[in-house]
Amino acid sequence: MIPEIGHFALILALFFSLCLAVVPLIGYWQKNPTLLYTARPLTFLMSFFVLVSFLVLAFAFMTDDFSVMYVSQNSNSHLPIWYKFSAIWGGHEGSLLLWVLILSGWSSAVALKIHTLPKDVGPVVLSVLGIVSLGFLSFMLFTSSPFVRLMPEIPTDGRDLNPLLQDIGLIIHPPMLYMGYVGFSVAFAFAIAALITGNLNSSWARWTRPWTSLSWAFLTLGITLGSWWAYYELGWGGWWFWDPVENASFMPWLAGTALVHSLAVTEKRGVFKSWTVLLAIFTFSLSLLGTFLVRSGVLTSVHAFAADPTRGIYILALLIVLIGGSLLLYGFRAGQVRGSATFGMTGREAWLLLNNILLTVLTLTVLLGTLYPLIFEVLGLGRISVGAPYFNTVFSPIALLLIVFMAVGPLSKWHKTKASVLLKACLFAALLSIVLAGAVSYVNSLGSLAWLTLSVAFWAVLLTFKDWFDKVSAGTKGIIPRARQLPRNYYGMMLAHLGMVVTLIGILLVSTSSYESTLKLSPGESVSFAGYEFHFDGISHVEGPNYIADSGEISVSKQGRFVTLLTPEKRFYSASRQVMTEAGLDAGFTRDLYVSLGEKLEGDAWSVRIYVKAFVRWIWLGGLMMMCGGLLSALDKRYSTKVRGNNA
Amino acid sequence: MRKWVLFLPLIVFIGLGIVLYKQLGANPEYMPSALIGKPVPDFTLVTLQADKVLDQSSLPKSAYLLNFWATWCPTCEEEHAYLNQLANQGVPIVGIDYKDDQKKAQQWLSIKSNPYQLVLMDELGKFGVDMGVTGAPETFIVNTKGIIVYRYQGAMDDVVWQKIKGYLQ
Amino acid sequence: MRMINSFLVMIALLASSCILSEPLMTFSSSLNQTRFQSLTQELRCPKCQNQDLADSQSGIAKDLRTQIHFMIEQGKTDQEIVDYMVARYGNFVLYRPKYSAVTSVLWMGPVAFLVIGLMVFVFVVCRNKKRRMGETS
Repeated sequence: MIPEIGHFALILALFFSLCLAVVPLIGYWQKNPTLLYTARPLTFLMSFFVLVSFLVLAFAFMTDDFSVMYVSQNSNSHLPIWYKFSAIWGGHEGSLLLWVLILSGWSSAVALKIHTLPKDVGPVVLSVLGIVSLGFLSFMLFTSSPFVRLMPEIPTDGRDLNPLLQDIGLIIHPPMLYMGYVGFSVAFAFAIAALITGNLNSSWARWTRPWTSLSWAFLTLGITLGSWWAYYELGWGGWWFWDPVENASFMPWLAGTALVHSLAVTEKRGVFKSWTVLLAIFTFSLSLLGTFLVRSGVLTSVHAFAADPTRGIYILALLIVLIGGSLLLYGFRAGQVRGSATFGMTGREAWLLLNNILLTVLTLTVLLGTLYPLIFEVLGLGRISVGAPYFNTVFSPIALLLIVFMAVGPLSKWHKTKASVLLKACLFAALLSIVLAGAVSYVNSLGSLAWLTLSVAFWAVLLTFKDWFDKVSAGTKGIIPRARQLPRNYYGMMLAHLGMVVTLIGILLVSTSSYESTLKLSPGESVSFAGYEFHFDGISHVEGPNYIADSGEISVSKQGRFVTLLTPEKRFYSASRQVMTEAGLDAGFTRDLYVSLGEKLEGDAWSVRIYVKAFVRWIWLGGLMMMCGGLLSALDKRYSTKVRGNNA
Repeated sequence: MRKWVLFLPLIVFIGLGIVLYKQLGANPEYMPSALIGKPVPDFTLVTLQADKVLDQSSLPKSAYLLNFWATWCPTCEEEHAYLNQLANQGVPIVGIDYKDDQKKAQQWLSIKSNPYQLVLMDELGKFGVDMGVTGAPETFIVNTKGIIVYRYQGAMDDVVWQKIKGYLQ
Repeated sequence: MRMINSFLVMIALLASSCILSEPLMTFSSSLNQTRFQSLTQELRCPKCQNQDLADSQSGIAKDLRTQIHFMIEQGKTDQEIVDYMVARYGNFVLYRPKYSAVTSVLWMGPVAFLVIGLMVFVFVVCRNKKRRMGETS
């Protein structure tokens, strides 16, 4: 009975989303304030019923209700309780419900803040969000309801959650990722509302900015967690694979990064308006495209959901209606939006334009590489693969160029900067960073590519701090009061930029200064490797709640001193009959020790992979810094004040 | 001119939509063999039953199926009955016992009956690599000229066979 | 007697801790090892969903790794090894598609994006400059 309540709640949510998608828009065209007013309560009603159905599904998981097909496919009575909860989004249907739940959450948040928007714009924004909800709710109800029952033959136990997903990283990774993905729907809704109402001025950009920064921060966290999870869970020590599904989350991030920057220009200077609107549409479209790629079965990936062509058609139709519709609207209406302000070649506008162009180029590059195998096949040319070697080759130089300019932008002033001042600062920083990086590369005998990359990193750090120092040392007040006066927005930017550099250094060093080896080890044997001594103590048999495992014990010492005990495992999950490799690792600020068990060889020997990964934590540390930067700038005081009137 | 530019994103998107539509329902696992149109590569392999060393010349002169199988592969067990059926219909099948144990393979054939005209052992999987095999079972169709014309990955059954039997000539 | 016994055990323990493990694959030079690593990262496991040969645990990936190791030690060049793989498994196994007429868009695309982007940049900035001249005059 209870699962039917969940299903019924979904139907009600669909009904209210339909109302939300239609009524306020009618109100807008008829200039009827009563109809406009309905947007807010309708949003809350829709969100409430989505929440109810989510809770019902959660209840079904917690109570092991295997009569619900989705539960029986993704859970098991022996599954630990926290994985039962995360199993809610372990499959296609439930993760879609999470998607919709988060969308409702964002819609409700906008509804709560609606008083900061002009009376006719707010309801239109909510209505656009309603259209998106309508699309996904109907998709769920018509093709992938999580409440389908297995009657009358109820399985005695479930098939268990995919062991890859039984992990702390996977409890939080999808919700964070979706918070980001779906959060861009708010920027999208603002953009569409602006096109509909023609109300596109700098206050529009100011409303949109905190939402965008916030979603961007979540997406950054989601991607960082995903990368971290892949690193320790997939068992082969990579942190980014350029897998289509990873790219699907990376493209909205790149476009979203561009959007965050172009919104700043549009707010402060009123230029690039139509471009910013297009970017907002583009960013959310890429989120939708990602959803399509993951769920339609057109791609092969480690992370893709089970394919189903009817679902594919439905999402594609949804994609065409939402993206096609908004691009059509854009084509008709964007011509009316034109920036009036002007700027000089050395103004910050120009640097941010360059930033946007480079980020767009990067996004399109990833898009091209991800879709090329599909296009290739459609044209009947056979099957090809586009993987990490391709992306590393084409992506890295452009990304490095972007980071070079990233440091210059903040130094420049709006409208125009004195070229000589800019040049002097840059030249000095360039020289210093090249020399510094050269010294570091020489001491650690790194190659010329590392030298170049390190130079860029140092350059970015130097200029970022120089800018901060200039700002706090100018004027008569002391440094500390001035430093405290700088807006949160500024510190957010600083933190995010520095985070970018930290990630860059991590990426560089993990690829240049890591060691790996595959060995045959028997208990009692040891190996010296990258300054460490790995001693294979033996293998023991371990029994987990829903698996059995061979657990290796490898004690690591450095110059005779004990460092850590690593316990890599080879697990066998009995319900799903899958073998899983669990790496043994010791995390450190400058290096990770990483050991994973391969297969059992003759006798009691095992094939063992050992890695010493230099600075790999920096990659995620940088990600976390970027996320904090995004949060900080979303919390800037300027956004919390009420917007009065339309000051174009 | 400027008006037209604003519709550019829409046009690109429509193109993309068409590509995605065409790709729906296609099997992303499907991989055409790189050996289509080429003769069966050279080999010297030992027969399963008689420990005789054979090469190219021992292959049938008519069109035939070349089936990779192994006792460790559950899908092979699934398709075995159908292969027997095909053999009874007079379809010549050459079996390659892929990365397997000779004793087990002999036992398997004596219990389940032998659909193969000839069974060769590819213990190390070298011939498998030369044929571009990625696992078992895989079935190649070789025509009368000794050219490989089709490759099927997975269990052979009636549905599949009806679709591909036209290649056998 | 017991003392002697434990003494022997101790010696055995000491001895065992000195046994150095052997690598699973031995290379005649460190260059060959580097070549092996980079080749297995450039080639896709033909059976897996989306993994390179270096990472995959599947049977076919192991066989192909052994084959690559063998060919490297035999003195085959990287190109010969790649050709060997392509002849058997098709272009699908190349993670870095070969440049040809049909992949030219893939390879030149990013360059084209960059050039177009920079042209747009110059165009926008120049247009702005013109407009600004108009403003000041």
